Amino acid sequence: MSESPILQAVGLTKSYGRVIALDGSDLELFPGEVLAVVGDNGAGKSTMIKCLSGAEIPDEGQIILDGHQMSFKRPNDGRHAGIETVYQTLAVAPALDIASNLFLGREMRKSGPLGSVLRMIDSSGMRKAAKEHIAALGIGTIQNITQAVETLSGGQRQAVAVARAAAFGQKLIILDEPTAALGVRESRQVLKLIESLRERGMPVILISHNMPQVFEVADRIQIQRLGKRAAVVTPKTHAMNDVVAIMTGAMTVDKKDQSLSPIR
Amino acid sequence: MSQDTATDDAVVEFQNRSSFSQKMQALLHKYPWMSSTMVLVVASIIFSFFNENFLTPSNFSLILQQVAIVGAVAAGQTLIILTAGIDLSCGAIAVFSSMTMAKLVQGTPGEGEPVGIAVWLAFPAGLLVGMLGGAINGFLVTKVKLPPFIVTLGTFNVFLALTLTLTKGTVPSIEMDPFLLTLGNYVNLGPFRVTTGVLFMFAMYMVLAFVLRYTSWGRHVYAVGDDIDAARLAGISVNRVLMSVYIVAGLTFALAAWIVIGRVTVASPNTGGDLNLDAITAVVIGGTSLFGGRGTIFGSLIGAIIVGVFRNGLTLAGVDLYYQLMAIGLLIIFAVSIDQWIRKARK
Repeated sequence: MSESPILQAVGLTKSYGRVIALDGSDLELFPGEVLAVVGDNGAGKSTMIKCLSGAEIPDEGQIILDGHQMSFKRPNDGRHAGIETVYQTLAVAPALDIASNLFLGREMRKSGPLGSVLRMIDSSGMRKAAKEHIAALGIGTIQNITQAVETLSGGQRQAVAVARAAAFGQKLIILDEPTAALGVRESRQVLKLIESLRERGMPVILISHNMPQVFEVADRIQIQRLGKRAAVVTPKTHAMNDVVAIMTGAMTVDKKDQSLSPIR
Repeated sequence: MSQDTATDDAVVEFQNRSSFSQKMQALLHKYPWMSSTMVLVVASIIFSFFNENFLTPSNFSLILQQVAIVGAVAAGQTLIILTAGIDLSCGAIAVFSSMTMAKLVQGTPGEGEPVGIAVWLAFPAGLLVGMLGGAINGFLVTKVKLPPFIVTLGTFNVFLALTLTLTKGTVPSIEMDPFLLTLGNYVNLGPFRVTTGVLFMFAMYMVLAFVLRYTSWGRHVYAVGDDIDAARLAGISVNRVLMSVYIVAGLTFALAAWIVIGRVTVASPNTGGDLNLDAITAVVIGGTSLFGGRGTIFGSLIGAIIVGVFRNGLTLAGVDLYYQLMAIGLLIIFAVSIDQWIRKARK
């Protein structure tokens, strides 16, 4: 397996006024892995994700995507570079149907003058493509692609959001607490989706508070503390207690015991 | 399609045994325009019993002429309400546009030389004023981040004041330019005798319906009204969509002003008084939700026609004007109750 990371962040620093949210934090995401990022409130998880997706501009530090240095200026820059983000607040439009939501903001146009002159969108084409994307992720619970999203359960809605990210994310997908708003059964559906993303070789960054879920799906776990990377461990080398201990500063891990390179 | 949704999950049994009202609710939830169409048909049938002249081509031609102006304003209003906004200044923008066109063509007689300018300059200037009015509303909503209700309540007064300043409070009697009066011309369509203004309004609805249904912009308008945060996270430039909606709406108000001039043959500062609320009434009766994201543009056309049919039908039935107002008021409350009831479907 290739040793070079698909996404690398070096010394990311971001402060809001006098509050230093990120204090020279690093991150490496290797091809095909699920990297969980955990940490207490204020540890800089969200800020880091925002910097990686382009929603915030870091004060210092580098973001290297696939060997190229990136400088994101606008929220859409990350998306254009192939980084898709799924948010915990089910970011779908309830009254629109599944196909429209999948392609929201990126509608397909009809070919020929109908598309170029009249700018007509290709509804049937989008429905067909949406079906394929949904099927590719093995989401069997959604039957009708023209169903309004408001008729779906929370888990199904999040599935639509994940399917959208998978359909357009060329390089990697960031999931920001995707199960925070969901019940137990619905969270299970989303975890399954993360598994199926990994099976397709899509690298995933998973932000989560939920330790059992993290230990279930993550290949490696990066622990943030006080705006810095405290340690990177794996579910095999460390137990949940250890991770919590590192999170709170009760335990430190020597560099040589960490899992800074891909484990598979 | 409906079979698919019905056999979705474990509630199938219940859905099969659902009562008539539940079925109605589900149906109306899927096709929101149906309720307003039913109201229109039922009202027309009832009114025809009270006066035999009601269901005649000539009467319906008349209703359509009365509806054309409110209908045109309601078209732009629908766009704004779909984004969960509201425009209380729509009538004021329309009147201000019409006054701009008329004033520029007419010039200022009595104060030195009459300096009327050519209509091919005055007409676009009027349209521009409408778009500018919309742009001001849009700017205040998107950049200053004020609620649309407050913004347009303010600009309503501003545009009204500008209109009165422009006319100095008088109603100018002017020999209008034939081009500005174009939309007052009659055409015969079979037994119907309609004005070009009516046809122009229909054309506006066709164009807007096409754009809303078949372009990305249309989807984005719905998405922004439905859930503005979700739209933003999906990568839609929400502010650009909102801005364009207010400008396009301003343009339709200015085009409505053109219909006004054709119908009343003068540009009067007093024509727009009821226009604000009538247009909102039409949109609401037409089934577009004031919470945004739901509704169709043709619903507003039907809504405008319903208001016209009620006014006309009640007049022909000999009902006092005051009770007509009351009927319209009850109709609004009825329409919004139906909307709430429909939205509860399948929740």
